[in-house]
Amino acid sequence: MNYADLFRATLPETALEIAALLVIVADLGFLRRAALKARVTVAALLGVAGCGAALWAMQFQGGCWFRLTDPAGPALLGSGGIIAVAQAGILVLTALTLLLLIDANFTRHVGEYVAVVLMAAVGGLLIAGAQDLLVIFIGLELLSLGLYILTAFAKRSGKSAEAAMKYYLFGGMAAAFLLFGFSYFYGLSGSTNLAEIQRAIAATGPSPLFYVAWILVVTGLGFKIAAVPFHLWAPDTYEGAPAPAAAFIASVSKVASFALLVSLSMGWLMPGSAAAASKDAVEGYLRGVYQTWPQLATILLVVAAASMVVGNLAALAQVSVRRLLAYSAIAHAGYMLLGIGVHSTFSGQGSALQFFAGAVNPAIRSSNAVLYYVLTYGLTTIGAFGVVAVVERATGSDRMDSFLGLHKRNPLLAAVLLVLFLSLAGIPPLVGFWAKFNLFAAVLGVSAGPVPFTLVALAVAFSAVSLYYYLQVLKRAYVMPAVDETPIKAHPVTMAVLLAIAAAVVLLGCFPALLGNWIDGLSPLR
Amino acid sequence: MLAWTIYLSFAGALMLALLPKGKNGLARWLALAVAVGGLALAVQGFVAGMGQGRTVLVDLPWVPTMGVHFLLAADGISRVLVLLTGLAAVAGVLFSWNIELRTNEFFAFFLALIGGVYGVFLSFDLFLLFVFYEVAIVPKYFLISIWGSTRREYAAMKLALYSFVGSAMVLIGLLAAYATSGSHSTSLIALGHAGFPVSFQMWCFPLVFTGFAILAGMWPFHTWAPTGHVAAPTAASMLLAGVVMKLGAYGCLRVGIALFPHGLDPWGFSFIGVGSWRDVFAILAVVGIVYGALVALVQTDFKFVIGYSSVSHMGFVLLGLMALNQIGVTGAVLQMFSHGILAGLLFAIVGRIVYERTHTRQLAELETMHLSRRLPFAAWAFVIAGMASMGLPGFSGFVAELQVLVGAWMVKPWWTVGAGIGIVVGVAYTWRALQKAFFSDAPASAHALESEHGHEFAAITWPEVTGVTLLAGVSLFVGLYPRILLDTIEPAVKALLAGGGQ
Repeated sequence: MNYADLFRATLPETALEIAALLVIVADLGFLRRAALKARVTVAALLGVAGCGAALWAMQFQGGCWFRLTDPAGPALLGSGGIIAVAQAGILVLTALTLLLLIDANFTRHVGEYVAVVLMAAVGGLLIAGAQDLLVIFIGLELLSLGLYILTAFAKRSGKSAEAAMKYYLFGGMAAAFLLFGFSYFYGLSGSTNLAEIQRAIAATGPSPLFYVAWILVVTGLGFKIAAVPFHLWAPDTYEGAPAPAAAFIASVSKVASFALLVSLSMGWLMPGSAAAASKDAVEGYLRGVYQTWPQLATILLVVAAASMVVGNLAALAQVSVRRLLAYSAIAHAGYMLLGIGVHSTFSGQGSALQFFAGAVNPAIRSSNAVLYYVLTYGLTTIGAFGVVAVVERATGSDRMDSFLGLHKRNPLLAAVLLVLFLSLAGIPPLVGFWAKFNLFAAVLGVSAGPVPFTLVALAVAFSAVSLYYYLQVLKRAYVMPAVDETPIKAHPVTMAVLLAIAAAVVLLGCFPALLGNWIDGLSPLR
Repeated sequence: MLAWTIYLSFAGALMLALLPKGKNGLARWLALAVAVGGLALAVQGFVAGMGQGRTVLVDLPWVPTMGVHFLLAADGISRVLVLLTGLAAVAGVLFSWNIELRTNEFFAFFLALIGGVYGVFLSFDLFLLFVFYEVAIVPKYFLISIWGSTRREYAAMKLALYSFVGSAMVLIGLLAAYATSGSHSTSLIALGHAGFPVSFQMWCFPLVFTGFAILAGMWPFHTWAPTGHVAAPTAASMLLAGVVMKLGAYGCLRVGIALFPHGLDPWGFSFIGVGSWRDVFAILAVVGIVYGALVALVQTDFKFVIGYSSVSHMGFVLLGLMALNQIGVTGAVLQMFSHGILAGLLFAIVGRIVYERTHTRQLAELETMHLSRRLPFAAWAFVIAGMASMGLPGFSGFVAELQVLVGAWMVKPWWTVGAGIGIVVGVAYTWRALQKAFFSDAPASAHALESEHGHEFAAITWPEVTGVTLLAGVSLFVGLYPRILLDTIEPAVKALLAGGGQ
């Protein structure tokens, strides 16, 4: 065990932990008498600085993987490549949610809040880099426990407590399912390392226990991404949590969870170095992989289709904008799962090795497309929650009618809302459109049979449905007459953050290659 | 240079959106300047392109990993339709001169819509075409829902959703075509050479064609059109009926027919006389012609008459496309131009000239107002527009409809018979509306008598005169000298039909 490798692999996590401790010391030690505003500013800025330091520290990782036994033993943590994409995304999105905290007044325990956010982000970073079932579980629990606490932070609000209770109970049960599934995987393979599990199962072939284990794992992970039928916590949590916390839940935890799903699907479709030396052994091993993957993918695709349908249809009936965003998050999770669940069909004839070589690039393209989607979706969602927070603070509620006449009350805010909601609906030339197009093109590139095609058609059709409910909110902001025309003021920092997000959405939509090339460059496209 | 029509329109839209409130005069003149600039560029592009084939205007790599290019090119068909857009834009601005509510936002959305339309006509990359196609949806929604009239929020949402569903169908076809062609490029030229398998074309063609045809007002997906046109403010109706419905027809031609020509081949079996997708869509087009005309005949609202007449006239376009011969498709493109001008003129008269003054569109009430005496300009403008839209020789509609009828006859004479019935009913509904609205001798009600003596209608303003002269003049000129457009359209249609995708 090389502890230098461990230190290098966890550089960003360490930076965030130090920042969290600094925030606690600063807030509880030095600023106890200061005004709330000053404490919030200091804590938020320290948090953002911590994220910046973590980003800066990532360059020293050098793609280092921490392994149990050098040099080629089972890995516990990875860094670089796709993992770096997800980790950088998590850090940037965390910084943005901390900036949204600036004019928040839902709590006086500011230091604790920022510290919990940072520690939850550490959990997210761990998940992104994890290569071992137990490390995955640790990261997932660190993230989840932080999120439960954050949801409950608005102590004056009954809804916040109720939401946190529902989230916690549901999440606890989901974690139990996940751990149970993991224990079966350990039983099947004798190891908790992802690559070794995959090798063992490929060697023995799928068994009923294996499918049971996979379903249990999908239950646990499906809860995290709010996929149907594990989505029931999402509307209440998005509604009850304080706005910066809801933004964090909606963005960072999604990025981390999808990074995990990507690494699971890539790890199992694209095994690392095949242990055996002879070509026949490699062929046999690959055939084993292709016997197991299609059934696993089908389960993901069923969950994806259900999420798209239920999420979009339920959103049509919502009156509260936060719940609307929650159900639309469920729908977006469905689209993203589509990118994870596709696989090339191997007929069993011919060389498995050649098929594997041919199937790799489209699969990587599909994973890159999922990461692109989740990063840009997280960015847009933070902006959306920012706008909702400002309107909520001014009008006292997040119902659609609070947005009436927004174009008169704060034209800049209404413009930001227009850009963000149209991006979520998938209207060009905004980034949401490109993310969807990229994802669907990648899915069809991986496998163009009738099943993926039908699912893409379903996804596109339900995107059309989603335009209706996004337009409902925009209609209130731009078209319907206002009942109250007093101007809505937003804190300058919040406004600056929202404008920056809206500008990024437009810029990335017009020049999608900017983000796409960065992701493709880091991911192992052969 | 033609590409600047797009950039200028979007730049104008942005400038207008940022204008401070209250500067209505400045907003109008700025919008007019941008629209006239676009028209000037369109005319210059048209004249410069006479005798040329397809010229590439801009070709920049956009997303190299997927083979998506920012590819703008113009052939004869594009140049004619860009010219139509320029004319419709100028006329639309002129007929919106009197808008006082949120003027700068109105013209910002208007110019954004115009920019999107220019973009569709000039795009030669399928992805870029789709982007511009969708960009046009959002301004339409806001134009109708904020400045519209009858049931505007319902009409705006219906129009937006129908358009979006249509473009969703096109997106599915686009993704399928891209994946099937090997995911190398989305350029229309490359996809045209890709050679899709016939079985693929057999389902992709109707999907893409229907997706575009929804926006072209094909029966039975046309119901958004009358509702939307009636609810929209005058300039938006002019654009919607005049140009936006042509986007759908253009997409049918440029994407559906050019990329998937074998989708129109006979199926091998025949069911009640229908043996191919071509038969299906031709019959739907004829039904649209006759149905639109018959329904227009019984309307009580003046604007609904024009709305349904648009559905009927677009049926001619689709019928001409399905003829798939030189004369039929040429007629379809010319009908796109002609109907664009005439629909704009008709909506302008009904909306701006009549409705803004009389505050009613109900034919029963207009009957009592003796408009031929009190608004003689509107009366004779509508006589000209109505005759032209009926297909009177001397105007552009006659040449276009004649070509479509001849083209359809060459394939299946019954199609021409059906379309002919539609023309006869067209005469009926036009004269009915004309007589009831302007030339009726119904005794004036007490209320109307009072207002006749009480106050005159507002005088006809110079933007209205200019707009009517522009549109009627263009239709007359093209009707008397159709070669000015046909010389540009015919070679382009020939190349499209021959190359099966150029």
